Amino acid sequence: MSANPAIHGMAPSAGAGYGHVLDPERVDTSHGPILYLDDITVSFDGFKALNRLSLTIDRGELRCIIGPNGAGKTTMMDVITGKTRPDHGKAFFGQTFDLARLADTEIARLGIGRKFQKPTVFENHTVFENLELALKGGKTLWPTLFARMTTEQRERIETTLRTIRLAAERSRLAGGLSHGQKQWLEIGMLLVQEPVLVLLDEPVAGMTDAETERTAELILELEGSHSLVVVEHDMDFVRRIARKVTVLHEGSVLAEGALGDVQADERVIEVYLGR
Amino acid sequence: MSAIAFDTVVEAPRGLFSARAWAAIIVAAIVLLVVVPVLHLAVPADSPLHVSEFWVALLGKFMCYAVLALAMDMIWGYTGILSLGQGLFFALGGYAFGMYLMRQIGHDGVYQSDLPDFMVFLDWKAFPWYWKLTDHFAWAALWVVAAPGLLAFVFGFFAFRSRIKGVYFSIITQALTYAAMLAFFRNDMGFGGNNGFTDFKRVLGIPITAPGTRTVIYLLSGLYLLGALVMCQAIVRSKLGRVLTAIRDSESRLLFLGYRTLSFKLFVWTLAAVMSGIAGALYVPQVGIINPSEMSPANSIEIAIWAAVGGRGTLFGPVLGAFVVNGAKSWFTVAFPQFWLYFLGLLFVLVTLLLPRGLIGLAAQLRRRGGHPAADEAPIAAIAPAQAPASKA
Repeated sequence: MSANPAIHGMAPSAGAGYGHVLDPERVDTSHGPILYLDDITVSFDGFKALNRLSLTIDRGELRCIIGPNGAGKTTMMDVITGKTRPDHGKAFFGQTFDLARLADTEIARLGIGRKFQKPTVFENHTVFENLELALKGGKTLWPTLFARMTTEQRERIETTLRTIRLAAERSRLAGGLSHGQKQWLEIGMLLVQEPVLVLLDEPVAGMTDAETERTAELILELEGSHSLVVVEHDMDFVRRIARKVTVLHEGSVLAEGALGDVQADERVIEVYLGR
Repeated sequence: MSAIAFDTVVEAPRGLFSARAWAAIIVAAIVLLVVVPVLHLAVPADSPLHVSEFWVALLGKFMCYAVLALAMDMIWGYTGILSLGQGLFFALGGYAFGMYLMRQIGHDGVYQSDLPDFMVFLDWKAFPWYWKLTDHFAWAALWVVAAPGLLAFVFGFFAFRSRIKGVYFSIITQALTYAAMLAFFRNDMGFGGNNGFTDFKRVLGIPITAPGTRTVIYLLSGLYLLGALVMCQAIVRSKLGRVLTAIRDSESRLLFLGYRTLSFKLFVWTLAAVMSGIAGALYVPQVGIINPSEMSPANSIEIAIWAAVGGRGTLFGPVLGAFVVNGAKSWFTVAFPQFWLYFLGLLFVLVTLLLPRGLIGLAAQLRRRGGHPAADEAPIAAIAPAQAPASKA
């Protein structure tokens, strides 16, 4: 899917006559970025979690977002995934999808995948079944009852299992995995949805050094074929994967650029790095 | 060892059931559907091998209860929605078929009228409009499915759309069945008030108390239980089944994956109501009566106890639980009638505390301790870990 100029949204895998089938519209990125946030403001009881935030992510880009606690990183993710509505400003996915108007499930189906800070895998399902549940398409009632997994879908799961290094664990219950393995499974559950845009919220929190290194490799493998936004505190990890870095502070963008340039920025040093 | 062994490697059987499960089903089916009817009909009544009418009626009743427990398990054990109003759907199916059975009495009632005795007693001159067509078997059969199905669908739609969950949902279902019971108690509802329907004479024109008729209804109950078990297993083994258990374990995660859980919950909820309604329709001709006490809140709670005792989240468990608890009830209410409710309460507390996976879980544990690998138990070993005691056994 890497070379497609326009990536398809959910295919009409279900026939007419039942359930909710989304239009097979496409995420149109032919004229610009995949994600476009303009002048977004979100207030909670007067506190501006996001304050006129503007940000664009290009197709295939790997972007790291850093910033001190309370800078608005998680709120930004919530706006992108439809969990929080902006009070002001525009949020567009590609050219056509207004994220402020879509329900969270619709946004998920359009191809924005998010990994939460705390891994939430289905603990009583096997690793394989977790990926099966996450597979793109066929998420309405009758297909889940009658459809059988296609060879293509099975291969996609197998490929993903290898990517996240859990091929040997496929038949284990996910509740028995280590913390790092759960995080990878969660990333795998994102990947099988064939997302256009992947949001990773603190992917290496709580990981051992070896697991962190492996996660960095995994993210670099995904670069190019996916557009990735990584929010992370761990500066060693950011240094390992960073291309372009955005620093958030008090709900807006403080600085943006290569990691070295950002780290040299006076204001950034003052509010975040230097302290 | 915790009750959930997370490092279990799960090997799903290739067919619908594992070989051992098929063997158990076939043995049970032969005993219940061949041996019992033959011993009832073909063996003379004075022979020690004769199975009496009492036992046929009792086992037939239990098989209807077993389907009810299966339905409970689909919504509670697998989907995590505790319904405490399942008796309502059972009773609605029973009433729908009971109306037909009342019409079949014809002129043979006490008052020898066209109308059922209770209507004559109320001095009614004609059938209310909703009794029209109830003398047709097909119409009655339609409403056995439609009455519980429509009520469940409409109620479920609004409840699930409002994202009513957990204990709130349970309380509302409890209130629903209680309200329905009060309504059916009223004579002017036209359903016989607190006496309900009884004194049935015929079904499809055949005397209902004849041994042959009884045996046929008994067999239908058994085949229905078998069919329900196979259907539920097919659902549970499909991807839909894994979606249902995922709703139970983490609904918000599933929503986030792009599943609209409303339609899944509505499906399994309505299916369980229809299953219960058909069970009620088979139950009524065997016990010979349907009245509003079937809708009492306590009855619905008992259904949950059957499922919990047998083992939630397994299909064999609730079937076993329905037989064991009702068997115990039959014996207890004769031997120590005043203590039955205490015993039932105690059983529920003990099972919840000591056997979170019910009798089926206990059996699997004993087998493991006996050194047998229990890998084929694992696909049904799916109770939320929060309910597992931390250091049992």
